[in-house]
Amino acid sequence: MDSLLNQVPIGLSIGAVLLLVALGLTFTFGQMGVVNMAHGEFIMAGGYTAYMLQDWAGSQAVLAALPVAFAVAGALGWVLERLAIRHFYGRPLDTLLLTWGVSLVLQQAARDLFGAPNVQVVAPGWLTGRIEVLGGALPYARLFIMALAVACVAGIWLYLSRSRPGRRMRAVMQNRQLAEVSGVATARVDQLTFFIGSGLAGVAGVALTLIGPVGPSIGTYYIVDAFLVVVAGGLGQLRGAVIAAVALGMLNSYAEFWTDASLAKVIVFAVVIGFLQVRPQGMFVLRSRALT
Amino acid sequence: MTAPGTALRSPALRARLRGYALFAAVALLLLVVAPLALPAFRLDELAKYLCFAIAALGIGLAWGQGGMLTLGQGVFFGLGGYAMAMYFKLHDADGDLPDFMVWSGVEKLPALWKPFESPVVAIAAVVAVPVAVAAVLGALVFRQRVRGAYFAILTQALAAAFVILLVGRQGLTGGTNGLTNFYDVFGRDPEAESTQRTMYFVTAAVLGVLYLAARQLVKSRFGRLLVAVRDGEDRVRFLGYNPATVKTVTFAISAGMAGLAGALFVPVVGIISPSLLGVVPSLELVVAVAVGGRYALAGAVLGAVVMNYAKTEFSEQWAGGWLYLQGALFILVMTLAPKGAVGLYEQVKDAVARRRTPERPVPAQSVQGEAA
Repeated sequence: MDSLLNQVPIGLSIGAVLLLVALGLTFTFGQMGVVNMAHGEFIMAGGYTAYMLQDWAGSQAVLAALPVAFAVAGALGWVLERLAIRHFYGRPLDTLLLTWGVSLVLQQAARDLFGAPNVQVVAPGWLTGRIEVLGGALPYARLFIMALAVACVAGIWLYLSRSRPGRRMRAVMQNRQLAEVSGVATARVDQLTFFIGSGLAGVAGVALTLIGPVGPSIGTYYIVDAFLVVVAGGLGQLRGAVIAAVALGMLNSYAEFWTDASLAKVIVFAVVIGFLQVRPQGMFVLRSRALT
Repeated sequence: MTAPGTALRSPALRARLRGYALFAAVALLLLVVAPLALPAFRLDELAKYLCFAIAALGIGLAWGQGGMLTLGQGVFFGLGGYAMAMYFKLHDADGDLPDFMVWSGVEKLPALWKPFESPVVAIAAVVAVPVAVAAVLGALVFRQRVRGAYFAILTQALAAAFVILLVGRQGLTGGTNGLTNFYDVFGRDPEAESTQRTMYFVTAAVLGVLYLAARQLVKSRFGRLLVAVRDGEDRVRFLGYNPATVKTVTFAISAGMAGLAGALFVPVVGIISPSLLGVVPSLELVVAVAVGGRYALAGAVLGAVVMNYAKTEFSEQWAGGWLYLQGALFILVMTLAPKGAVGLYEQVKDAVARRRTPERPVPAQSVQGEAA
């Protein structure tokens, strides 16, 4: 029974990583219908930001990098939105292919700038070590990622529910045309949404440096799982994303525990397909009378 | 029979004849000119591109005609390829265990491999397994009206999971190395020039037959229904058809094509491995279709051949450059010419025709929006 409980913190920490990676997507995908395959490369940009800041901030680079990476990845996303994506609204499948092209270019650029081998970011001293939770050892770094995920969700929740721009964002998400005729500058809201969504990818990238090295293809490891979280949670649904990320994280850790890593992914996929049989549009659905 | 002079005045018939002539010209090029003009190893390379073209044809059908963006064709390509390769492996081993199983310490032939001792079963499985997998997945997903980007993401997740499974089951699948080193392809030496030549002709013939069949399908009543589902799924439903059936059948057909392509790929190239099947190779196939022109089946075939040729040529010169070029090309195609090369050609043709006869009305644009 002990080993069963052991999986809980592992599952939670996988869930926290998934949540951080998927959080930005729930907005860019959810509100704007953009399937941003370059999200993974914004994660990579966040990781490399932490790496670059090491020279300046030393072992505290991770902390310093959090806001910087948010800005860097956000700016990348904003540029992408301005240059390309805004011409593609209403064509989600085309944005998927377009942003995949962008992601290829960004990956190769990273390879040319930083070299093909992975680079390591030194974690701050106070994050090395581990505590005993439910009979298993949980590294402080994992704990920090969980806290970061909680903080990001809380921040986004406050922003959406308490601030004016957040309210405008929700209005556009719920009914774009009605928001527009009510005087919301939807184009500007879209820019901001893309900035925040991409910025969150940067934050996730910094967090990932705590559990592994950063490389040009780091984004590709997470992007598919991140999209599964969004699909299972429901478009643009904060609570859906939280529940789906934790559930998929748990499922992953238990599936790996009972079978092995290679079967776990197949099991997760089968469960998501099964889940969509019950809830085709994910856990939470924005009710609408609109026809497709 | 009507007199050819009067019949040729009908533009529809003229267009059809032009289509046949073009097909005949391409067939001549592939079956006569290429084998005579190309050195053996280039011909083998072309055979590889034609395998990809067969898979691309399936994508053209599912995505271009049916609006289902499938990012997991590598899975079906792989299922077909592995089915074929398993037969070759067992045939080579001649009653013993295949070499890689011995290396990974497997002692008894796994039950999964047993049926593939028979070439008939293996060849049937090449098509049947991908079709069955796609039919089950399609039925589950389309029945619940999961579509658009959701479908694309799910197929991509399937590709990711498939590759991880293949890599993880070393003893069953050969792991990262996949299945390779075949010594006997239906009684011939796979390295021999004559075998490669034969494989080239077989691949070209399969592509030709499938292309004609796919065209026929698109022109049929079913094909019209498929396009209607792409452009307005709900309207089709309200008219009393079941879009889920149409989509599932088409998805299964495209999976079958990918399976066949994978099976031909194995003797042509001599290997099937996870690195050929994952998220990126599956996406590359879609890229090729988009560049060639997704709304025309010929565009899919053209795109697959040209893009794979460009990839080989470019990667030999400057490996990193190919990624830049592919990414940039893709961004440009999606922004400037979403209908690909074929669409571009038609645009130019229309523009020329309009300039020549200014009084002619502008040809009606066909509706090619995407069912979101």
